[in-house]
Amino acid sequence: MNNYHGFGRIILTIILAMCLRIVPWPNAIANINPDWVLLVLIYWTLAVPERVGIFHAWTVGLLTDALTGRLFGQHALAYSLAIYFCLILHKRLRQFPLPQQGVFIFLCLLLTQLLLFWLKNIQTPSQFHASFWLPVFTGTLCWPLVYIALRFVRLARFTK
Amino acid sequence: MAVIASIALLVTEHRSHRLDPLRATTSFLIDPLKYLVDLPTTLIEKTVGSISSYATLKQENDRLREEQFIDKTRLLKFDALERENIHLRALLENSFKLGEQVLVAELLSINMAPYENIVVVNKGTRFGVHPKQPVLDANGVVGQVFRSLPLSSEIMLITDPNHAIPVQVNRNGLLTIAVGSGQLNRLNLPFLSNNADIRPGDLLITSGLGGTFPPGYPVGIVDDFTPISDKPFANITATPKSMLDRNRELLIVWSDSTPIPLATPQTSKEKVIETPRDDKSARSGLVHKASEVEQAGTVRDE
Repeated sequence: MNNYHGFGRIILTIILAMCLRIVPWPNAIANINPDWVLLVLIYWTLAVPERVGIFHAWTVGLLTDALTGRLFGQHALAYSLAIYFCLILHKRLRQFPLPQQGVFIFLCLLLTQLLLFWLKNIQTPSQFHASFWLPVFTGTLCWPLVYIALRFVRLARFTK
Repeated sequence: MAVIASIALLVTEHRSHRLDPLRATTSFLIDPLKYLVDLPTTLIEKTVGSISSYATLKQENDRLREEQFIDKTRLLKFDALERENIHLRALLENSFKLGEQVLVAELLSINMAPYENIVVVNKGTRFGVHPKQPVLDANGVVGQVFRSLPLSSEIMLITDPNHAIPVQVNRNGLLTIAVGSGQLNRLNLPFLSNNADIRPGDLLITSGLGGTFPPGYPVGIVDDFTPISDKPFANITATPKSMLDRNRELLIVWSDSTPIPLATPQTSKEKVIETPRDDKSARSGLVHKASEVEQAGTVRDE
């Protein structure tokens, strides 16, 4: 396998994911809008773990914090933890069929959401709807989509 | 290591404002994205504007002219009344608060996070916007500036669950606090007792307590009052006056709490406004720049 991996594509897809994150969906969709940035990050970690690591995840998390107006470090913390688990398990995960990967993605998203919820609750205790957890489910459902799309993006480079 | 760094960042920013430069720097990277996402909406609006028919424009023009005529007639006596008000307050040995400047900011159509009523506008610290500034629209109070970045600022709406605004019932001056409910069309008034003199249809205005919001701006209209007999406080809800979900343009207000000195109650309005402006420029050069920008804006509008 060619060792060269276009960094530009990774950055572009992450920018696209960030845009998707803040697009003004109607309210019903906004509530279930999955964490695109994390999905894209997870894909690149599984695909090119020597290229995308915890540091990148941390930086992207920091930018996501700025993007969504959070305290600095919330997404950074959550993303770097999620990516850490992805890095540890990436060899095994790559062998898994999509549904099985889905289970892992589900756990990753759940962990992230849980951390965000917890950190937010420390700052300002507030109650959440049950629908706070919906992005975890939609994120899992979107994983095959992200996987196929990004696989296309990654492999299109080789045919060039 | 990343974990430690994140936690350090979290704690630092939660406790102090020392990370503001970092946020400003990242916002330079991030804000273009916000404008990018906003682009389609703006483009569509512009296209619709440029292809709308002559008849529609004419109709709108007529309507606006009519509105302006009515407003102008209403304003005819405003100057005289204001002078009289200042004069009367001077007689009462009371100081009068004046000098509000506004800056028109446009909403960026992006959605930062669900469950939070926070919107982003296209004016930031470059225009002198700073946190805790009140934000209005043509109908009433919208919210306050929550965080100002160089190219944009985040505005917390009055309906955000974490937002509370001191209000007053216009009819009888009853003071209370309106807390956001999380829904764009509802405010809660949780601190009024069961026998409070308030009824549906009452207009709530800002009371000016707390110092963030200037007094006298409409906030909402009470629409439901249900006493709960076994609890100390009644269940009261209100609808915000401002069109929180339909507006594209907002006014960011610089309110000056500098009272007019009693010795010169007859000073002209311009002079009065200038004094606090100088105070501000002494505090920071940015604000002065903003007022210049604002002046330019008003001139253009006229």
